[in-house]
Amino acid sequence: MGLAVRADRLRKIFSTPPPAAARAGPAQLGKGAAKQKFEVAALDDLSLEVEPGEIFGLLGPNGAGKSTTVGVLTTRVRATSGEGWIGRHNVERDRVAVKRLIGVVPQRPNLDFGLTAREILTFHGAYFGLSAAQRNTLAAQLLDRFKLSERADQLIFGFSGGMMQRLSIARAMMHDPEVLFLDEPSAGLDPQTRLLLWEIVREYNSRGRTIVLTTHNMEEADDLCRRVAIVVHGKVIALGTPEALKQSVPGGYLIRLQFDQTPSALAPVLKELAGVTEVQMRDSSLDVYADRGGPLIPSIVAAAVERQIHVNDVHISAPSLENLFLHHTGRSLRE
Amino acid sequence: MNWKTFVALLRRDAHVARRNARALLLQTLFQPMMFVLVFGRVMTTSGFMPPQYKMLLLPGIIAISMVFSGIWSVAMPLIAEFQFTKEIEDRLLAPVDIEWVAVEKVVAGMVQALIAGLIVVPLASLIMGSGAGAVMAHPFQLITLAMIVSFLAAAIGLTIGCSVGQTQVGLMFSLVVTPMIMFGCAYYPWSALNKFPILQKAVLINPLVYASEGFRSTLAPDFPHLPRLLSVGALIAFDVFFLVVGLRQFRKKAIT
Repeated sequence: MGLAVRADRLRKIFSTPPPAAARAGPAQLGKGAAKQKFEVAALDDLSLEVEPGEIFGLLGPNGAGKSTTVGVLTTRVRATSGEGWIGRHNVERDRVAVKRLIGVVPQRPNLDFGLTAREILTFHGAYFGLSAAQRNTLAAQLLDRFKLSERADQLIFGFSGGMMQRLSIARAMMHDPEVLFLDEPSAGLDPQTRLLLWEIVREYNSRGRTIVLTTHNMEEADDLCRRVAIVVHGKVIALGTPEALKQSVPGGYLIRLQFDQTPSALAPVLKELAGVTEVQMRDSSLDVYADRGGPLIPSIVAAAVERQIHVNDVHISAPSLENLFLHHTGRSLRE
Repeated sequence: MNWKTFVALLRRDAHVARRNARALLLQTLFQPMMFVLVFGRVMTTSGFMPPQYKMLLLPGIIAISMVFSGIWSVAMPLIAEFQFTKEIEDRLLAPVDIEWVAVEKVVAGMVQALIAGLIVVPLASLIMGSGAGAVMAHPFQLITLAMIVSFLAAAIGLTIGCSVGQTQVGLMFSLVVTPMIMFGCAYYPWSALNKFPILQKAVLINPLVYASEGFRSTLAPDFPHLPRLLSVGALIAFDVFFLVVGLRQFRKKAIT
């Protein structure tokens, strides 16, 4: 059931600027600029192993190396050193076999602008050797599943971002790949479509398919993935189930309180409560870090009432990957 | 090699080309046809050019039309697909070695160049009022030459398409395309440059020269032209050169 995916000590040094910079044009090709050496290490000894049939998440901020990892594992990026494997096939030496086994949803939709939505699916099926009958049936099913039937026979110029994203995913599923790679699948999707996407991903996974996705959305990693690798600066800094990772953070709960006045008198009192590790004050609000959530509220409220401070709002966040990320890197994932 | 995939890639290009056929044809054939009208018809009828000029012009027009429709049909989509939209990625992920995706582009470009040639001959003859007859004289030689020239066009298209950025397309027009047409010996035979020895040598790096002179040696052998074997040999050498360079550039673009 499913195939394993393995990255073994991947390193990737980009020695030419990304296309966006190269496109700056001839002006940059002057004497000085050409000699300037450009080197960026996108992956720095990155290793991970995805088990057959699991949903695996690569979580990290922009520029952490998530997409490059996916690029190497999907044959589109050549690693400077290290090896990638899909099942028993090496991604560098056995490209064609690997391509047969994988489906890829890129970060930015790369749909064929010369074709209609339906043709995008049927031609993709044709590339993978499906018969005409097979690909027509499958395309119709997927268009329906992804709620694209109404505009199936239009060119995709007028499609919204969400529609293109849905179509990209449908396309990646056309040839029923053993391993599905999704690079930031829910970026730019509205909440409803995101839920549809998650449902479809889970369903696909329940058929025994391996799924590797990248995200910088904590919630997505937490809800969807069986295991998560946290990637920063081209390295895996933590790997495990979301629960295990979250439990590895001391404290963990965050209680955000909003008051009707500056709670200067309250802050030091709260810090003394059992289980509280840290209190931060900002204007009329307090952030309380603690090893428990709800059980602390009565004593917090009591302390506030005693000092005639009104609590306007309370928000408790349970241990989250966000907290974990803060713990490991000292900065928020959203920064 | 996976033929099913290769054929599917070809079918995709054919499908898209059919959808854009009118624009594609206008883009590559309109300019040479204007030239045919002005020089082949207006100038000859009004007496500024001798009537024989028509037959001198026809091979050059065929060469220009084929070479540029082949180049455009490969280069322009490649430039767009490799840049912002990254459309080509889906085909790079198809289960064939990526080189075959490039070869498929060359084959598709060849077909479009050949179609351009097929349209241009009767059209030009119609505009000028003569010429079509010469095409029938050496059909086998003509077909071989057309194949070699269309391959050249598509291979140049591959090289340009994988080397030029979207922002440089305008620059390429004025720096590459215009001199290629003007010094391509399409509107005059190579021997017309006898009085300009340096220029005459310099234009020999222009592959269009051999295409024009090659067609001339087949369709209008009475006019001065480069030896047929030399033209064919040079064209084949350019075929190989641009295919090798184009494939290398393609590989560089496809896998970062």
